[in-house]
Amino acid sequence: MGRMRKLLIPGVDKTLLVRDAVKSMPDLTRRRFISGGASLGALTFLTGCDVTDSFSAEEMLKQVSKFNDGVQALMFNPNAMAPTFPESAITKPFPFNAYYDLDEAPEVDGKTWKLEVRGLVENKKSWTLDELYQLPQVKQVTRHICVEGWSAIGSWTGTPLRDFLKLVGADTRAKYVWFQCADKDGYNSPLDMPSALHAQTQMTFKFGDEILPRAYGFPMKIRVPTKLGFKNPKYVMSMEVTNDYKGGFWEDQGYNSFSGS
Amino acid sequence: MSAVTVSDQHAASTKAKIIQPAWVRALHWTNAFAMVLMIMSGWQIYNASPLFGFTFPRSITLGGWLAGGLLWHFAAMWLLMVNGLIYLVMGFVTGRFRKKLLPITPEGVISDTRAALTGKLSHDDLSRYNYVQKLLYAGIIVVGILIVLSGLALWKPVQLQYLAALFGGYEGARYVHFFCMAAIVAFLVVHVALALLVPKSLRAMIIGR
Repeated sequence: MGRMRKLLIPGVDKTLLVRDAVKSMPDLTRRRFISGGASLGALTFLTGCDVTDSFSAEEMLKQVSKFNDGVQALMFNPNAMAPTFPESAITKPFPFNAYYDLDEAPEVDGKTWKLEVRGLVENKKSWTLDELYQLPQVKQVTRHICVEGWSAIGSWTGTPLRDFLKLVGADTRAKYVWFQCADKDGYNSPLDMPSALHAQTQMTFKFGDEILPRAYGFPMKIRVPTKLGFKNPKYVMSMEVTNDYKGGFWEDQGYNSFSGS
Repeated sequence: MSAVTVSDQHAASTKAKIIQPAWVRALHWTNAFAMVLMIMSGWQIYNASPLFGFTFPRSITLGGWLAGGLLWHFAAMWLLMVNGLIYLVMGFVTGRFRKKLLPITPEGVISDTRAALTGKLSHDDLSRYNYVQKLLYAGIIVVGILIVLSGLALWKPVQLQYLAALFGGYEGARYVHFFCMAAIVAFLVVHVALALLVPKSLRAMIIGR
């Protein structure tokens, strides 16, 4: 909500602004946005609240979701490791999953790509892929759980994010690490600092011992086995250490922001 | 002397015989509301990644799409859990579970099932459950506990991984959660049908008498 408010322009009618914004959305997003709204309208009879009231079902659900963010942050145990599995348990083929088809997945040129590092860090230098490949890597075989309910076990290899944050002199008292990605329509996602500092949270460069293929996020993915899949951004272009909640692609559409597992 | 005692007892029991105390009624209808929200939003979530070869019709799901279904599910869960916890505590503390649901004997269940199916089961005293009711009500409490625990395991398969392990891990918990839902829906169909067949039982759950 804070993000929405910042985006609103003084003197511009909010309703018209939202209507125009919906028009510019890609078809799928627009359909979901509208069907979401329509069903909330249908719920009016259940809750006795009109959705146009300041206290609407939608607003109540948003507040509970925020409350759930807090509950999950309290439940998060930095020392609890996601269960690991033998290599024989790896799901083959590991599913490709996105809001677009595989042939629309970003094609990032690894030779020119640089990871941009911004925000509350001492060293804001950008990193080439070769430089990142020099950092120590560890492998994990963990379960990826999608917000849709399905799960799959995969093998990811890369540098623990906390080691990298230390290396660039990040202020780890900041609230979030915010990732921006190359996906069409601009994917981004915030990661709370305690989860970013979890031992298994990883800047991933390999899947199944091979250089991360395009389908799984080349050149770099952030693997967070303590979060649902959509909090594991692929095709990462930049990271920003920040105290501001900057929202995320799915988070802004109503998915719970913490979405821890 | 004995005649007076009997008539006194009779007067007392007809004047203020509460079949369902107020706390039971309040918790029952809160649970019914929360349960309907949980089931309908749960079907929405199921449809995003069906375990079996079918999905639930959109018209009977809640939330419009996956994110909406999840928002409802993780909001109504608090109502369901807090209400359910109060019910369990009250059930044990007041002795209601012991008095109403126990004992459950196989012979009693068999003879009452036979009586029910031949239309000979008595509903004269609604304050006493027959053996079929005892079995179903005790059973659905156990299913209610299981669906909440398997749901918590699905919500937090890492933080509550020991709980998830009890259900055979994350994927196992999905199946347990689904079959508990199926059991509750089946119970609901029978429960509502029987309440409509014996309307005074429905009245007792609304006004207490």
